[in-house]
Amino acid sequence: MDGVGEFRHKGVILMLVADRVIALGIIALSAYFMWYAIALPIGWNGEAGGPGGGAFPFWLSLVMALCAVGILIRSFREQRLLDPFFDRETMRSVVAVAVALVVTIALISYVGAYVAIVLFLLWYLKIFGQHGWVLTGLLTVATPIFLFFFFEVTLKILLPKGITEPYFIPLYAAFF
Amino acid sequence: MIHKSIRGGIVGAAVTALFTLGSTSLASAEDWAPQKPIEMVIMAGQGGGADRLARLFQSIIQKENLASMPVLPVNKGGGSGAEALRYLSDNSGDDHKIMATLNSYYTTPLRNDIGVDIEEFTPIARMALDTFVLWVNADSDIQTMDDWVAAVKEAGGTWKMGGTGTGQEDSLVTAMLQDTFDIEITYVPFKGGGEVAKNLVGGHIDSTVNNPSEQMGFFQAGKSRPIAAFTPERLGAFPDVPTARELGHDIVYWMQRSFVGPKDMPAEAVAYYTEVFRQLSETEEWKTYTADKALMADFLTGDELQAYFLEEREKHAEILAAMEDEAS
Amino acid sequence: MEVLSLLADGFATSLSPLNLMIVLLGVTAGLFIGAMPGLGSVNGVAIVLPLTFIVPPSSAIILLAAIYYGAMYGGAVSSVLLGIPGASTAVATTFDGRPMAQKGEAGLALIAAATASFIGGTVSVVLFTLFAVPLADLALAFGPAEEFALVLLAFTTFVGLGGDDVLKTIIMICLGLVLSTVGLDLISGQPRLIFGDLPGFYAGISFLVLAIGVYGVGEVLHTIETSKSAPQVTPAKLTFSELAAGLKAMNRLWKTMSIGSFLGFFVGMLPAAGATPASLMAYGIARSTSKEPETFGKGNIEGVAAPETANNAASTGSLLPMLTLGIPGSPTTALLLGGMVMWGLMPGPMLFIEQPDFVWGLISSLYTANFAAVAINLALIPLFVWALRMPFTVLCALVLILCIVGGFAPSQKMHDVWLIAAFGFGGYLLRKADYPLAPLVLALVLGPLMEKSFRQTLIAEQGNVFAFVERPLSATFICIALLFFILPLLKHLRKVLRKDVSAPAE
Repeated sequence: MDGVGEFRHKGVILMLVADRVIALGIIALSAYFMWYAIALPIGWNGEAGGPGGGAFPFWLSLVMALCAVGILIRSFREQRLLDPFFDRETMRSVVAVAVALVVTIALISYVGAYVAIVLFLLWYLKIFGQHGWVLTGLLTVATPIFLFFFFEVTLKILLPKGITEPYFIPLYAAFF
Repeated sequence: MIHKSIRGGIVGAAVTALFTLGSTSLASAEDWAPQKPIEMVIMAGQGGGADRLARLFQSIIQKENLASMPVLPVNKGGGSGAEALRYLSDNSGDDHKIMATLNSYYTTPLRNDIGVDIEEFTPIARMALDTFVLWVNADSDIQTMDDWVAAVKEAGGTWKMGGTGTGQEDSLVTAMLQDTFDIEITYVPFKGGGEVAKNLVGGHIDSTVNNPSEQMGFFQAGKSRPIAAFTPERLGAFPDVPTARELGHDIVYWMQRSFVGPKDMPAEAVAYYTEVFRQLSETEEWKTYTADKALMADFLTGDELQAYFLEEREKHAEILAAMEDEAS
Repeated sequence: MEVLSLLADGFATSLSPLNLMIVLLGVTAGLFIGAMPGLGSVNGVAIVLPLTFIVPPSSAIILLAAIYYGAMYGGAVSSVLLGIPGASTAVATTFDGRPMAQKGEAGLALIAAATASFIGGTVSVVLFTLFAVPLADLALAFGPAEEFALVLLAFTTFVGLGGDDVLKTIIMICLGLVLSTVGLDLISGQPRLIFGDLPGFYAGISFLVLAIGVYGVGEVLHTIETSKSAPQVTPAKLTFSELAAGLKAMNRLWKTMSIGSFLGFFVGMLPAAGATPASLMAYGIARSTSKEPETFGKGNIEGVAAPETANNAASTGSLLPMLTLGIPGSPTTALLLGGMVMWGLMPGPMLFIEQPDFVWGLISSLYTANFAAVAINLALIPLFVWALRMPFTVLCALVLILCIVGGFAPSQKMHDVWLIAAFGFGGYLLRKADYPLAPLVLALVLGPLMEKSFRQTLIAEQGNVFAFVERPLSATFICIALLFFILPLLKHLRKVLRKDVSAPAE
């Protein structure tokens, strides 16, 4: 236990810390599930026979919470958890991609899938991946065209268009 | 002349469709026509009776070229159609979305508060009324309604009636039966009508109130037996099966199959879709299908349809209230 | 034999030039649709169904069979290359397929998947040809109690899958089961766990959403992390000698594949069970009967062959209840059923008697489609493998796009795309903290079946818990399930005892 403090200042999150935080998170999640599950009967004979509608989620969440408590207790007894979980470098790139993904999904509802996907590819390939303009350009043009013909024209699955909807009307007229 | 000689064959029908392509689709497009594919929201999951019917409509529309843009079915069956209802109410004024409904159109908003008032939606067309029939396994000794009631009474509450999810049509009919005959039934919910039918034939449950389309295959193979129909008149497909009303028990129940649009759908769009479905209701495929499956093709539109919806909602509210009294 | 002459008639139609063209087209289309994460045979079939009314019904059914088979083969492609199961039936294929790709053996894994699929498909079409009608009765004998016992069996063949950390495995199984209860409770008709009253949760959490999230997005995040230091996937190449070696390796797996084929066919034949439990059970059995079970999950070719034989066999098997009973075992067969109704055919017990031309035409087209699928698949493997040689920053970007679009496509809800992102981030963190993800996904797939059949049985039997062991079929399954549960425990116990015996001697 003594070594924990030494590692912390280097911007490294230890496995031990992560393990405990995740266990606590699972306990919180279980409690949240249980809170919702009790809206329905959780006991036996809730209906004509057998367990009620809330029984499955409630008792399984309880088991989940108990196991997480077990992990928490165990973490105080084990020494092997001192490996790093995150270092600063990793965290930066993972968080960058995660944020980009969230922004892209949020954009889809407003400016449509095609604009959002092009922006995402531009960012990912040019800025994050540091590829040349030729490759970036090729992929950012080819991907939406492929998606349109594969999903919309062939499979008849319309992707969200948001405010760009009017621009697609001539395309619909041509391809459907 | 050409039409007559090749009619019947499926290729023939397709060719006919190609020939008549121009005339039908132009006739229906008066001043409004869809500019993008039409989304057909289905209030049930993939593979169920409602889904199959909706896809049948889609196929006929495509085959006979009744609409100028493709119709794309989208299943939003979550929460007994709650998902579809919420979706439609979130898309007010959209003229490219229509929804295929069944009776959960009334029951779902009645059973759970999902913040949807079906009165706001735009009625388009009612295509058919599906019927309900009481079925038993062909191996059982039950031949008449009286036999059935006696058998249920003898079982003393352990009689197993299979049906779709609690609160859905089958359970309402079962509740009416319990009420009418003062009997006690154990209701076992299954995922869909097909599964219910199979469990009856497999001997896992004692009776069902399946739609004829779900039992037809087994009936023809002599594996299940219809006891009584819950319709005002005898069904053409089962001329020997009495109606419950004939036997002196006033149980009549329908499953409606209609289309509605979101709130404030423009009148021109409503007119367009109404015309599409009117033409659909006159196609040969639809007529054959309704006859084969003992469906009552009963076309209804506009204000009359809305009045029908509201009246049905009243009735369902009563049935559900009675069911809840029973349960508590 | 009557069967053979009927089949010969069927082949006469399915081998005409037009129909052969249709098969090739359908299989190729199906292959690409199946290889796309999120899309599977159900999408392919739904799209072409309305088109089938402009060709003769015999050609239409061939087109559908071809797409069906193509998509089944294609599912393995995304499982191996991207580690994202395209459909729930291909989950088990990722367990060893993905590690093989990471070792640079993507080509070998794909060959294994294709040949295994072919064998599974062929065996089950033969079984189908010979026994379709009598077997329909067996499917009828399956009630809720039997269903529950079978799912339980599928579960227990997987005990200990996640490796050593028991607590974390239990948590993941429970989490998967709890997530599987989200949506409407079928039995009471009440909504449950509709978090924040979001309409998107009414439909429950789809398996695909979780799988694309944890295996797609989660995997990309993981790759970004590891690729900083060293490339994670060795560029795979494919040479003829490798192909020969692959086929030779398959030769040793005949036992696994025959178990997979028979198991797949029989489990797939049962309505409501289908290909997913079949492939999981085949994987579990292959692992527990293997001499070196510890190599499973680390890129054992047997772990690819077993589920792939089973899921293809099961897909054919699941046509059986559809044709003989009129009960679709999966969304795809439900659509096929709808198509048949449109063609004026009545699926059910009378179909084999009244429409022999159609039935045998379909069966013969299954043979043709299967041959075409394996040929085209093997021919395309170099292309698939080549795709893996893209730089990571390109591959990851494209995979993320596929996750978004593929997650949106089946349900057409942005809600699901958000869930994919959430599961992706959560799955990434859990994986880093050594939580096994496979049990989570499995539990979500099997959970709904398990709870539903359990409660149906108890309602039907007035709460009698012994109902499960009073019926011969379900009792048998439960006994086998217990056996699977106890065996690893016994093995473990023996190891512990041995250690205890040897420890004092040290």
